[in-house]
Amino acid sequence: MSTAPDTRPVEPVSAAPAGTHRLFAAGPAADHGTHLRTYGPVPESPDPSGLVRILKESGLTGRGGAAFPAWRKLEATASARGGVFAPAPVVIANGAEGEPLSFKDRVLLHNAPHLVLDGLLAVARALNASRIHLHTTAGNIAPVERAIAQRRDARGIRISEAEESFLSGEASAVVNALHTGSAVPVDRVRRLSEDGLKGRPTLVQNVETLAHIGLIARFGAQWFRSAGTPHDPGTRLVSVSGDVPAERVLEIAGGARLDDVLREAGADPASLSAVLVGGFHGRWVAPAGRRLSAADPSMQAVPPGAGILHALGAHRCGLAETARITSYLAGQSARQCGPCMFGLPALASAMARLASGEDDPTLPAELERLGLSVAGRGSCHHPDGTARLVGSALEAFAADVAHHLDGYCNRKARP
Amino acid sequence: MTRNRATRNRATGNRATPGTSRGGGSATLHIDWTRCDGRGLCTELLPDLLVRDDWGYPLAAGRPAGEQTNVPLGREDLPAAGDAVALCPRLALSLRRR
Repeated sequence: MSTAPDTRPVEPVSAAPAGTHRLFAAGPAADHGTHLRTYGPVPESPDPSGLVRILKESGLTGRGGAAFPAWRKLEATASARGGVFAPAPVVIANGAEGEPLSFKDRVLLHNAPHLVLDGLLAVARALNASRIHLHTTAGNIAPVERAIAQRRDARGIRISEAEESFLSGEASAVVNALHTGSAVPVDRVRRLSEDGLKGRPTLVQNVETLAHIGLIARFGAQWFRSAGTPHDPGTRLVSVSGDVPAERVLEIAGGARLDDVLREAGADPASLSAVLVGGFHGRWVAPAGRRLSAADPSMQAVPPGAGILHALGAHRCGLAETARITSYLAGQSARQCGPCMFGLPALASAMARLASGEDDPTLPAELERLGLSVAGRGSCHHPDGTARLVGSALEAFAADVAHHLDGYCNRKARP
Repeated sequence: MTRNRATRNRATGNRATPGTSRGGGSATLHIDWTRCDGRGLCTELLPDLLVRDDWGYPLAAGRPAGEQTNVPLGREDLPAAGDAVALCPRLALSLRRR
């Protein structure tokens, strides 16, 4: 960036949001007029290579959980589009948000739907998409329809209702739901970017990722990188729940310290025994010294997944909590893949025995063995995520494991 | 999302089968878990590569999670892997050249 004095006229109406208050800068339930007064219009749509380049420079990663670089998916879909007989691509905004602890996409769609639409339309224009979908749960459809009705450029977007289930937001499950009505993942040997909805190149992008694209298309990659760290640039939304004064969504910088975020949410980090970071497929960690970062190689970094922080007060038993979640996850298996269909109930059962204080010293080793035997063995990452949760519980609550095997639990309240 | 790089942990694969060279890396055996019913034929045809888990489903013993659904094959595995693909009663297997 040049440091020479800038003599260009200053844009009087809108300005790039400063700090980390970006996605909600237009205020609650912003209509299209307020949205445009706050952010200004999106400049003329760049070609695919232009948008790919600016997203690559920005370092934006997917905010739906996997943190895959946004530019790579766009580039893969754009290159699959080439060729004489290649069908036109499909773009899908994914607002299914099946994770029970996540509500940031709901808050985003209710308050800043126009940013999501801006990003979705920018991507669709760049790809010259033939179909544009926005897939979300019933409660979010009204605000999205209101927003679409307020502008002329969004009429072509097809809204579809997502099922309320844990796996409904998995990318292949979204495509399957639009194609067959069944929101379960499918086996894939080719990427959705090559072979997605009805064989078309398909880009599935989380709604928050699209909202960031709506801002990057306006203010550029360097602006995006002005928050966060080089490894994890920009901001992200987090849904904070559990033992906090009130559940809320915060917008935080990439690489933020976990204890700072908890304090911002009104919690005292010292009063917590652990925080579940990344949701039911995430990890239990002690908050001290940890940073939330999607791609930081350091030991202190913990990937935020879809931006979920669930605080566990020191009075509650993390093993009991993990047993409850594992049982839920076993019940949410699509029951298509054997290792998941049989392995997750086995994991849940062993976890419940450990949580209940059963006198069986082989339980931790059995949980590790079961975790290893399900990981990587499904058409989606449901078994992997469940195994990761259980493994992190054995680590984060190692002292509790020892107490439980001795037949007692020193947590006052047990859920 | 298929982000598994079958090449990433080739060293682990070698360790899993001492005495056999699996450095060919010419193909992977893809398991469609939504079709697999654990009949076990593939584990009989590829006993050095696949064992049966607690429930009878094929498990690439000693391989990391990233090599369980797309199992890297050595050249010496290719004939038996081809038989497994052709004979799987659930049509759950496919060979992918790299």
